[in-house]
Amino acid sequence: MSAAPAYSEDKGGSAGPGEPEYGHDPASGGIFSSDYKRHDDLKEMLDTNKDSLKLEAMKRIVAMIARGKNASDLFPAVVKNVACKNIEVKKLVYVYLVRYAEEQQDLALLSISTFQRGLKDPNQLIRASALRVLSSIRVPIIVPIMMLAIKEAASDMSPYVRKTAAHAIPKLYSLDSDQKDQLIEVIEKLLADKTTLVAGSVVMAFEEVCPERIDLIHKNYRKLCNLLIDVEEWGQVVIISMLTRYARTQFLSPTQNESLLEENAEKAFYGSEEDEAKGAGSEETAAASLPARKPYIMDPDHRLLLRNTKPLLQSRSAAVVMAVAQLYFHLAPKAEVGVIAKALVRLLRSHSEVQYVVLQNVATMSIKRRGMFEPYLKSFYIRSTDPTQIKILKLEVLTNLANETNIPTVLREFQTYIRSMDKDFVAATIQAIGRCATNIGRVRDTCLNGLVQLLSNRDELVVAESVVVIKKLLQMQPAQHGEIIKHLAKLTDNIQVPMARASILWLIGEYCEHVPRIAPDVLRKMAKTFTAEEDIVKLQVINLAAKLYLTNSKQTKLLTQYVLSLAKYDQNYDIRDRARFTRQLIVPSEQGGALSRHAKKLFLAPKPAPVLESSFKDRDHFQLGSLSHLLNAKATGYQELPDWPEEAPDPSVRNVEEEDLSLIETHVGLLGEYTEVPEWTKCSNREKRKEKEKPFYSDSEGESGPTESADSDPESESESDSKSSSESGSGESSSESDNEDQDEDEEKGRGSESEQSEEDGKRKTKKKKVPEGKEASSSDEDSDSSSSTSESEMSSESEEEQLEPASWRRKTPPSSKRAPATKEISLLDLEDFTPPSVQPVSPPAIVSTSLAADLEGLTLTDSTLVPSLLSPVSCVGRQELLHRVAGEGLVVDYTFSRQPFSGDPHMVSVHIHFSNSSDTPIKGLHVGTPKLPAGIGIQEFPEIESLAPGESATAVMGINFCDSTQAANFQLCTQTRQFYVSIQPPVGELMAPVFMSENEFKKEQGKLMGMNEITEKLMLPDTCRSDHTVVQKVTATANLGRVPCGTSDEYRFAGRTLTSGSLVLLTLDARPAGAAQLTVNSEKMVIGTMLVKDVIQALTQ
Amino acid sequence: MIDRVGVFEAVNQAISWALRLRVLAAFSASSASVRRGPGAESLTGTGVGKMIHSLFLINCSGDIFLEKHWKSVVSQSVCDYFFEAQEKAADVENVPPVISTPHHYLISIYRDKLFFVSVIQTEVPPLFVIEFLHRVADTFQDYFGECSEAAIKDNVVIVYELLEEMLDNGFPLATESNILKELIKPPTILRSVVNSITGSSNVGDTLPTGQLSNIPWRRAGVKYTNNEAYFDVVEEIDAIIDKSGSTVFAEIQGVIDACIKLSGMPDLSLSFMNPRLLDDVSFHPCIRFKRWESERVLSFIPPDGNFRLISYRVSSQNLVAIPVYVKHSISFKENSSCGRFDITIGPKQNMGKTIEGITVTVHMPKVVLNMNLTTTQGSYTFDPVTKVLTWDVGKITPQKLPSLKGLVNLQSGAPKPEENPSLNIQFKIQQLAISGLKVNRLDMYGEKYKPFKGVKYVTKAGKFQVRT
Repeated sequence: MSAAPAYSEDKGGSAGPGEPEYGHDPASGGIFSSDYKRHDDLKEMLDTNKDSLKLEAMKRIVAMIARGKNASDLFPAVVKNVACKNIEVKKLVYVYLVRYAEEQQDLALLSISTFQRGLKDPNQLIRASALRVLSSIRVPIIVPIMMLAIKEAASDMSPYVRKTAAHAIPKLYSLDSDQKDQLIEVIEKLLADKTTLVAGSVVMAFEEVCPERIDLIHKNYRKLCNLLIDVEEWGQVVIISMLTRYARTQFLSPTQNESLLEENAEKAFYGSEEDEAKGAGSEETAAASLPARKPYIMDPDHRLLLRNTKPLLQSRSAAVVMAVAQLYFHLAPKAEVGVIAKALVRLLRSHSEVQYVVLQNVATMSIKRRGMFEPYLKSFYIRSTDPTQIKILKLEVLTNLANETNIPTVLREFQTYIRSMDKDFVAATIQAIGRCATNIGRVRDTCLNGLVQLLSNRDELVVAESVVVIKKLLQMQPAQHGEIIKHLAKLTDNIQVPMARASILWLIGEYCEHVPRIAPDVLRKMAKTFTAEEDIVKLQVINLAAKLYLTNSKQTKLLTQYVLSLAKYDQNYDIRDRARFTRQLIVPSEQGGALSRHAKKLFLAPKPAPVLESSFKDRDHFQLGSLSHLLNAKATGYQELPDWPEEAPDPSVRNVEEEDLSLIETHVGLLGEYTEVPEWTKCSNREKRKEKEKPFYSDSEGESGPTESADSDPESESESDSKSSSESGSGESSSESDNEDQDEDEEKGRGSESEQSEEDGKRKTKKKKVPEGKEASSSDEDSDSSSSTSESEMSSESEEEQLEPASWRRKTPPSSKRAPATKEISLLDLEDFTPPSVQPVSPPAIVSTSLAADLEGLTLTDSTLVPSLLSPVSCVGRQELLHRVAGEGLVVDYTFSRQPFSGDPHMVSVHIHFSNSSDTPIKGLHVGTPKLPAGIGIQEFPEIESLAPGESATAVMGINFCDSTQAANFQLCTQTRQFYVSIQPPVGELMAPVFMSENEFKKEQGKLMGMNEITEKLMLPDTCRSDHTVVQKVTATANLGRVPCGTSDEYRFAGRTLTSGSLVLLTLDARPAGAAQLTVNSEKMVIGTMLVKDVIQALTQ
Repeated sequence: MIDRVGVFEAVNQAISWALRLRVLAAFSASSASVRRGPGAESLTGTGVGKMIHSLFLINCSGDIFLEKHWKSVVSQSVCDYFFEAQEKAADVENVPPVISTPHHYLISIYRDKLFFVSVIQTEVPPLFVIEFLHRVADTFQDYFGECSEAAIKDNVVIVYELLEEMLDNGFPLATESNILKELIKPPTILRSVVNSITGSSNVGDTLPTGQLSNIPWRRAGVKYTNNEAYFDVVEEIDAIIDKSGSTVFAEIQGVIDACIKLSGMPDLSLSFMNPRLLDDVSFHPCIRFKRWESERVLSFIPPDGNFRLISYRVSSQNLVAIPVYVKHSISFKENSSCGRFDITIGPKQNMGKTIEGITVTVHMPKVVLNMNLTTTQGSYTFDPVTKVLTWDVGKITPQKLPSLKGLVNLQSGAPKPEENPSLNIQFKIQQLAISGLKVNRLDMYGEKYKPFKGVKYVTKAGKFQVRT
C-alpha cells in the first residue's frame, strides 16, 4: 500500500478486511442492493493483503463488466489497488478504471498521481502504459495534466512512448477540443518523427484532430512515402488514405490529357490548344499551335507515392489492399490503374464480409473502368453456395463487364442463374438481363425472347420481374415488337400470377394501336372473368377499357360500359372509385366536364422509357473503400475527396532542408530493405555479352545527337518571353540544345504548367515576329531573368565561347547560366575521342523543376533579383555514363550543371542526357534501386515515359556525394533492361561558389591556417598567363566563385562544400615569368589536396 | 515536470470536485442501467471518436454475451438495429456487414456461429474494421483453440485483456500474435493448474520487447532444444464444372503455412523450383518484398510459431488439372411426388495419387421431403430440415467407382423444382501440389545450429461445384 495515492492512505487504517463501510457509500451501493452481498465479499477480497485474493476479485469484476453488468459501486475499493505491485491485478484495475472513471470522476482522480509517477519511470514500457491509462480516463479535470504528459512523452527517447503519445492526442482532443492548437503543435512535432512505429499513429491523430491542416504534411510527405512499406498494417491504411487526400490537393490530374486524347488524339491535341490560345487569335493554324501544348508530366512526388504504394497491393491485409486500390483509382493515370484489379480479385477469396465490401467497390470501379476487370470476368461467376447479397453484387459486376464480345458467355451464365432456387437472385438476374439488353443492342432480341420464355415460369416473382423488364424493353422501341405484345396477350389465358396479368394488360393498353385487333378481344376475355380477378388485375382491366374506349370506341364502347358497371359494384372501394372516376373522364356527359376533353392526354400520354442503369453509377464521387461509399450516403465525419487543383501548388514545399531521404531508418528484414551483391556481377556479365553480340554501327553515331523532331522547336519558345529578343541575337541554332530544352521544359511543366498556359497567349503573338530558326536557340531557363541586363554582352560573347568557353564568365559572374548551345553539335560528335573532363561544354542552363516554377514569375517582372548562389556557369563537359553499344542504342551522358539542386541543397545537380540511337523507342527510363555507400543519396529523376528513336532527352537528378569523391552507383532501367552505371564526381563539383569580399576572404583564410592550408608551387605555361584564361581554367575545374582582388596578380576564389558547407578558399599568386603559388584553405583536407592537384593539372596543361 | 505540490493540489481539487460531481455520477450510473430503445441512445462522449467504439459479441440465439467499450459506454440497445437486420435477412449469411443507425454504424462479421458487432461513430474504411474483427477472432482461435461462445466465456478475463491490448482508443495497437503472447500468456491446462495453486497469473511478467524492436512480429529470446521449421503447401482448387462436365472456371488458391520453432533470430530464405508459377501472391509482413521482386526468393525473419507465410493464386485455367469427375442424373417427374437421383464419382488426372476424404454435399430443393438412396461406398445422410444431403465417400479406388442412387420423395402437389441442385465436392490429395509448385530449398542465415526442415504438400477442393 505504500504506493497508494494520498486519499487511500488517509483511509487506509480503517479499510481493513471485514469493514463494510464502503458499501454504504450512496454513490455506489444504493441502487444495486440486490448485488450488495456479493459485492461485499468482493470488497473484502480487494481489501486483503493477498494478491491472489485481489486477483480473484478483479477477475470476477472484469467478468461482470464483460457481461455488461454494472460494477460501479466497487469503484472505491478497486481504485485503491491501482498501485498494487502485482502486475496482473494492476492491469485489471486499469481495465476497470478506464471503464468507470467517467462515472466516478471524483474518485478516479485519486489514481492520477500513480500514473504521474509512472510517467517518470525509467522503463519505457511503464511510461507508455501510464500515459495510455491516464489518457484513457475521461475526466475533464485532468486535461492540463494530460496535456503536459503528452507533450513530455512526444519528446521521449523511446519511440514506443512517442507512439503512445500519438495515441493519446485524439483522446485528449475528444475530451476537450479547446486544446486543439496545442495538440496540433504536438502532432507537428511527431509528424517529423522518423520511426515507423510512430508514423501510423500520428497520422491517425492528425486525421482526427486537424485533417484540414494539410500544410503540416508537406515537409513529411516524402518521408511518409518512403516509410510506408515498413509501417504496421493499420497505420498503412490510415497513411494511404491521408496521402490520397493530400495528393488530390497538391498534384495535377494525371488524366486531364488522357481523357481528351482518348476520344480523338489529334482533335484533342488541337482542341486543348485552342482552349489555351483563346484570345490569342483564332486564325492561328493548328499546325503552328500544336506543339505548344505541354504534355502532362507527373510530379516526381506523385510518382513516388504511386511507386511506394504499389508493393502493398500484395499485403495480406484486405484493408491495405483496398486502401492502395482506392489510391490508384483516384490518383493514378488510367493506364496504371489496371494493376489493382488482380489484387482486388484475390480478395474475393476472403471472408464473405470482405467480399461484400470489395464487390461493392469493384462494382463502382467496373462502371468507370470496365476494361480493368474484363480479364477476370470468370472470377465473378456465381456459385450456388454464395450468400444472396454476394450473388447480387457479383451479378452487378458481371452486368457492368458485359460487352459486345463477352455477352454470349455472360448470357449463358445468366441462363444458369435463372434456374436458381434463390428467388431474389433470380429476380436480380432478370433485371441484369434487361440491363444487358438495353446496353448491348446486338443481343436485345435474344434477351427479349429469353425473357418471354420466362413468362411461363411457375414462380410469380420471376414472371412479374420478367414482365416488368419486358415492359421496360418494349417501351424503348414498341413499334418493332407487336409480335411480343401479341404473345403476351396470348399468355393471359395461362398466366395466373396477378402481377404478371396486370403488367400484360397495361402493356396492351399502352400499345393498343400496335395490336388493334387483339386488344379488344383481350378486353372481351377479361370482361368475362372480371369478377374472379385479383384487385390489381381489375384496376388494369379498367385502365385497358378506358384506353381502348378512347382509341377505338366503336368496337369497345359496350365492353367498356360493361366493365365499368361491374366495377361499380365491386367489393373493393378502390376499384369502385377508379370506375367512377374513369367513367366521368371518358364518357361524355351533359355537363361536358372540362376534364373529359383532355381524357386522351391523361390516359394516352407518352410515358418515358425507364432507364435501366446500375445503382452503382456515380457512386465514385465517394472515396472508394470508405464507409460512405458503401452506404451510398455521407457518413458522419466523411471528408470529401477534393477535386484535382487547376494548377499545382508549389511543389517545393515538400523539399526537406537537412534531410537525406535515403538515410531514413530502414529495418533489417522489412519489406523495403534489401541489399544484395551477386546481382551486380550477373548483370555486368550480361552487359558484356551484349556488347559482343551487338554490331558496331559506326554510321549511326552522328544521328543520335542532332536528330530532332520538328515539333520540338516551338517548345523552347515557352521560355520566358522577356528574353526572346536577346536570344534571337545569339543567332545560331542548335538542334541538340533544342531537344534538351524541350525536355527541360517538360520537366518544368510539371511544376508550372499553369503559369505556362497563362503565358501561352503572349507566346503566340510573339511567335509571329520571331523567325523560327532563331527561336530555336532561345534555349534558356527562367533563371536568367537576371541576365536581362547583360544580354547584349552575352550575345556577343556566345560566339567567343566557342573558342574559349569560359572567358566571358569573369565579367558577368552571377548573371547568367545560359551558355550558347552552338558548340554542341560538334561536341556530340567529338566526345568519343576527347577526354571528357576538359570539354568546355556549357550545356544550356537548367534549373530543375521547382526552382523553375519559383522563378517563372521573375521572368515577367524583368527583375535582376537572382539567388546569389547560382553558379556562374556550368562548365564541366559531358561524360559518358552509358556507351551506345553497352546501352543497346541508348546513349547516356552526364554533365554537372552546377545549379543548386532544387530537391536538396546538399545535392549536386547532375544532368543526364539520354539519346536513343537505336531504331526502337525506349520506354520507361528511370533509376532503379541505387546501391549506395553510406551517406550518399540520390534524388532520382522522374521517369521518362518514352524516347523515340533518334530522340534525345535530358533529366536532372541530384546526388549527395557527402563531400567525397566516391562514385554513386545506380541502375538505369528501361522497361526491358537495366544498366549499371556510376557517376564519380571530380572534386571541384562537390562545392558551390560563395561570394565574399576581399576582407571577408582574408578573415576566413586566417581561420584556416596550419593543417587546413595546402600550398603548391607551379609554373604557368605561356598560354595560361592572361587573366581570363587563368580564371576560366580554375572555374572550369572547380565550382568556385571569384572573389574580387586588389592586386592584379592574385586570384581568389571561394566556395563551400555542398554537404557539410565547409569553406573552400583558393588563392593563386601569379608571379612574373610564370612562377605561381597555389594555396587552398579548407577544413576538408582531402578535398583541399585533391583540389590543388586538379587545379594545377588544369593550369599547367 | 509536475512537481509534488502540483500533485497534491490536484488531489485536493479532486476532493472538492468530488462533492460537486457526486450527484452527476449517481445520475449517470442510473441512466446507464436503463435499457433504452433504439433511437433513444445518444452520443455519450463529448467528442466524436474515430474507429472502433465498442464491440458486442452475440451468439446465434441473439444473446449479447460480451461487451467491451474503448471509449464511453454505448448502450446494448444499439444492437437492436442489428437484430432487426438479422431478422430481415432470414439467413445469417445475408446480414449486411454494415448497418447504419441514427447515431452509429454497426460493422459486423459472422465467424464460427458468433457475430462480432462493432460500433463505429464516424467514417472509417469498412474493411479496416472487418479485417480487425477477423484478426480478433483469429486471436481467440489461436489462444483457445476455438472461437466459440463457451471458450470465450470460460476465458473472459483473457479475452478482455486481449481486447484491451489489441485496441487503444479504438485504434489497433498490438495485433501480432507473437507480441500478444508475450503480453498475455495463452491458457494451458498445466498453467491453469499451476496458477490455481500458486496464485500466479496469465499475464507475462516480462514486458514484450517485440513492439520496441525492429522486427515487430517476432519475440526476442526464443529458445528451442529441437530447432524445426515446417512448411505446409496447401492448394485448393476452386472450380465450377457445368452440366456437361466441362470446366467453366477453375483456379488454384494456395497458401504456405509455416510452423517455425527456431531459436534466436534466424533469417530464412525459401526458394522454389518454379516460382514463376505463382500468379498473384500476398505476403506476411515479414517477407522482404524486393527480394521476391528481383529473385523470386522468399526471404524473411519468421515470427515464432504458426503463421501464414504467403497465399497465392494460379489462375491460368489450362494449368488447373481437375482431379475428379462426376456423372450425374437427377430428375424430378412432373406431376409426381418422386424423382430420381444418381451420381457416380470417379478419378481423373490425379497424378498417381489417391484421392481421399471425398464428401459430396447437395442442397436439395425445398420441396424434397426425403431421400431413399443406396450407396456402393461410404455413407450418406439427409437432413429433412435443412434439405442438405451429405455423402461421405472416403477414398476412390478406380476399380470400383462409388455411386449413390435412389429415389427422391417430393412434397405432393408442389410444382417440381426447376433447377437441379449443384453438387459441392470436397476431397483431399496428400503429397501433391496440383499446380506443380515445388519448394527447392530452405536456407538459414544468422544462426549457427542446423534446423530440421520439412515440407508437406496437400491439395484440396476449395469451392468446387458441379452444376447439374
